[in-house]
Amino acid sequence: MVIDRNKPPLLKIRDLYLEGWSDEDWSPIINGVDLTLSRGEVLGLIGESGAGKSTLGLAAMGYTRDGVRIKSGTVEFDGVDLVNAPLSKKRALLGKRIAYVAQSAAASFNPAHKIIEQHTEAPVRHGVMNKQESIKDGMALYEKLRLPNPEEIGFRYPHQVSGGQLQRAMTAMAMSCRPDLIIFDEPTTALDVTTQIEVLASIRDIVDQYDTAAIYITHDLAVVAQMADRIKVLLRGDHVETADTREMLERPKEDYTKSLWAVRSFERPQKPKVKADATPVLSVQNVDASYGTTPVLFDVSFDIHAGRTVAVVGESGSGKSTTARCITGLLPPTDGQIMLDGEPLPLDYRKRNKDQLRQVQMIYQMADTALNPRITVGKIISRPVQFYRGLTGKALRKRVDDLMHQIELDPDIYYNRLPGELSGGQKQRIGIARALAAEPKFIICDEVTSALDQLVAEGILRLLAKLQDELNLSYMFITHDLATVRAIADEVVVMKEGKVVEQGGKQEMFTPPHHPYTDLLLSSVPEMDPDWLTKLLEERGVDNIGDAAVGKMV
Amino acid sequence: MSIWIVLLVVLVAIAVVGWLLRFGMQTATGNAPYWRDLPYSVAFGYVFMVAIVLFAGWFYFQPTETEAGAPVASVTFFRWAMQGLIIAFIMAFGFKLLGSYVGTSWSTKMFRSMPLTASFGILVVLIYAVLAIFAPLIAPHGQEVILAGANTLPGGNVATGGDPAYPLGTDSIGRDILSRLIYGAQNTVGIAFITTILAFLIGATLGFLAATLGGWLDQLLSRAVDVLMAIPSLIFALLLMTIAAVWAPRLGIPLTVFMVLIIAVIDSTRVFRLARAVAGNIVVMDYVEAAQLRGEGLGYLIFKEVLPNATAPLLAEFGLRFCFVFLTIAALSFLGVGIQPPLADWGTMVRDLAPFINFAQFAPLAAVPPLLAAGAIALLTVGVNFIVDWMLHKSSGLKD
Repeated sequence: MVIDRNKPPLLKIRDLYLEGWSDEDWSPIINGVDLTLSRGEVLGLIGESGAGKSTLGLAAMGYTRDGVRIKSGTVEFDGVDLVNAPLSKKRALLGKRIAYVAQSAAASFNPAHKIIEQHTEAPVRHGVMNKQESIKDGMALYEKLRLPNPEEIGFRYPHQVSGGQLQRAMTAMAMSCRPDLIIFDEPTTALDVTTQIEVLASIRDIVDQYDTAAIYITHDLAVVAQMADRIKVLLRGDHVETADTREMLERPKEDYTKSLWAVRSFERPQKPKVKADATPVLSVQNVDASYGTTPVLFDVSFDIHAGRTVAVVGESGSGKSTTARCITGLLPPTDGQIMLDGEPLPLDYRKRNKDQLRQVQMIYQMADTALNPRITVGKIISRPVQFYRGLTGKALRKRVDDLMHQIELDPDIYYNRLPGELSGGQKQRIGIARALAAEPKFIICDEVTSALDQLVAEGILRLLAKLQDELNLSYMFITHDLATVRAIADEVVVMKEGKVVEQGGKQEMFTPPHHPYTDLLLSSVPEMDPDWLTKLLEERGVDNIGDAAVGKMV
Repeated sequence: MSIWIVLLVVLVAIAVVGWLLRFGMQTATGNAPYWRDLPYSVAFGYVFMVAIVLFAGWFYFQPTETEAGAPVASVTFFRWAMQGLIIAFIMAFGFKLLGSYVGTSWSTKMFRSMPLTASFGILVVLIYAVLAIFAPLIAPHGQEVILAGANTLPGGNVATGGDPAYPLGTDSIGRDILSRLIYGAQNTVGIAFITTILAFLIGATLGFLAATLGGWLDQLLSRAVDVLMAIPSLIFALLLMTIAAVWAPRLGIPLTVFMVLIIAVIDSTRVFRLARAVAGNIVVMDYVEAAQLRGEGLGYLIFKEVLPNATAPLLAEFGLRFCFVFLTIAALSFLGVGIQPPLADWGTMVRDLAPFINFAQFAPLAAVPPLLAAGAIALLTVGVNFIVDWMLHKSSGLKD
């Protein structure tokens, strides 16, 4: 699209300073950021968590959350000064000319009202259309966003439609008054890759059709490359650089931007093939499992050898985590067995002895819920050491110090901290240390990097790789992110609906021919190339991507 | 009828003044953001508040006696209530100020961030604790001592029927009310405290067990609690106390012990529910799963993983539960089956002195004694609830 930069811009933010109230004082969140957005332009706003992306996005609407204030600077939308505008004037703009799409559609819809009721609220309130017109218009928008049954889907309650559909319904809602500006706050972060691609395609399409300007907030570079005309990078409230998407991807100027771009380059060398007669450290053999009477796993088998990483991929609900629960014994399989070093493990964890429990450890996705918030870091790590090896006093402290050095955290600083006083990446490192403290042979990593920013996630992956090389550990790596698989895995197991659809070495998995599902997964992972989505849509057509394609598969 | 018309006129006047205020301030300040965005309802609220304060001020300075010399009870009691409120406010403010500057950095920060109500609550609880612990040293007379003059009025002013030796007067058989109030703190509050702790030991232990183990134990305990909760608690306690009153002399165990046990068991059902619900949310956390997979025993799971994360809601519940237990004891004593005379107890005191409330209309001072004991109960309940509110607010992570 051609953007006329000579016309007055739609949104103009100048020298904006935002502050948040914490610990009895105002601390800076955004330090003097400028932002200019023309009509019909899409600006990508990227940065790590805590960079102030969402706060800036909301400030573009002249709104601040409780405990946040605009210290100085101006926000001008189409000639209206939003910082000093009366509430009544802002009320007339918000929802009508400026709309907002939140990260979690499931949490943002009111579960007590039907979707179309919530959709029509803004147009009716703002007097843009009457209710009947708005309902008709909603159906037209649903059709444009390629929601199934556009005539009928609006009359369901939010919990009756899937996450990806809800996110599109929310985009339709934002579109209901045909705003000039939409702020997308991480709209696809919580979605699976196959769902994400559908939402991305429809958002891009509709923003294009109505020539809407948008601010697209995300931490996923590949996503922003598809969506944005220009990209703005933020680092802890400071502006780093702004440039056109292609320019930014090809020739980033600042070191920080370069480091963000370089994250995806981490890849481990391929390891030699496992000897045919080697006993796998862990072997899952023909496992069936069910929750109550609902079967969820069907004949799952794979081996994990010493010093190797097996990545288990698939979308949510494909049975990846359930397999992990079978291995740990939390969900005893109904059929099949789990072998550790050639010996069958008791299926229920309560029947396993201390040594068997010690050999299989787990690292969790959400470090927040995996670490007890009331126990200090030192105690969290020392408990398994004490429990399995009976060390006490100085010997215990020394072992914990060693472990903390292994995960690259200084014990003098962090020993007495509570998990709440650590960053996300540091918490995940503590989770790793707790697993290592048991001196296991085998560790299950359940989506360990999916809740982390890319730079931090890369650090965790490198640490896990280093530990594997040093301690000859075996990993089962559950993930839905194929970039992670490419970085760390030796072998790949693809799961769909509780069955293993394909397995093999990493090289074979990433070279065709694939099982159609593997192919779909692979093709749905956004790439840094700004033309990737366009090309993919041309190649496959809109009906052969994402969940629509899964539905067609037998 | 005319009172309604007056009320209507006043409301309309407030509405008009509210509108004028908003409009006037908007013009006067040249549309400053605060006045510009002020909703009319808020402006109305401000004026309404000012009207109430003005009325209170006017009412406060009405004469306490008619020209004929008869006392006007409403004004008298209103003055006392206002004076009490002002004293409470000053004490709370002073206490908060003191805490903000004296103490460790942790405690001064806590005092600075707490609302005035919380500092008032803490002050009240501290005063009650001191009175209860050092009752024999503080009280001028014994709780059972019958002194010379019965029915001395409070105030200590001989002209109004008081006696400086008994600042709060004496009751109908000549016991010093001040001393009995102080001893009452020891008896009522002390027994309530023990009962609450017992209720928590029973309820929280079983609740945690039910949540952690689940299965048939959970079903059994939960259904048993349902049955106990289905019976109205005060009636149930009364019934059991009547039975205990027969057993107590036969077994040679004081009736108070039975009362503590009965109230503890009845109240532990509420604690059980809360503990089970809170622990139910904690045992599904990944860190508990990690501990289970490590092979940890039940004791470790409950004491090291669940309990530290359940303390905030349980402590808040402790405050509330303490009030309920305390009110139950007062109620039982009022009904005559609780703490037995001659031990001083606020519930019993209210019952014994209750007839004096009939004097309120023509001799306000004579009606004070039953209100003193009732006020002591109310003050502690309010104080504890202020603290609990504050703690709940803090633990829920809400800001403002």
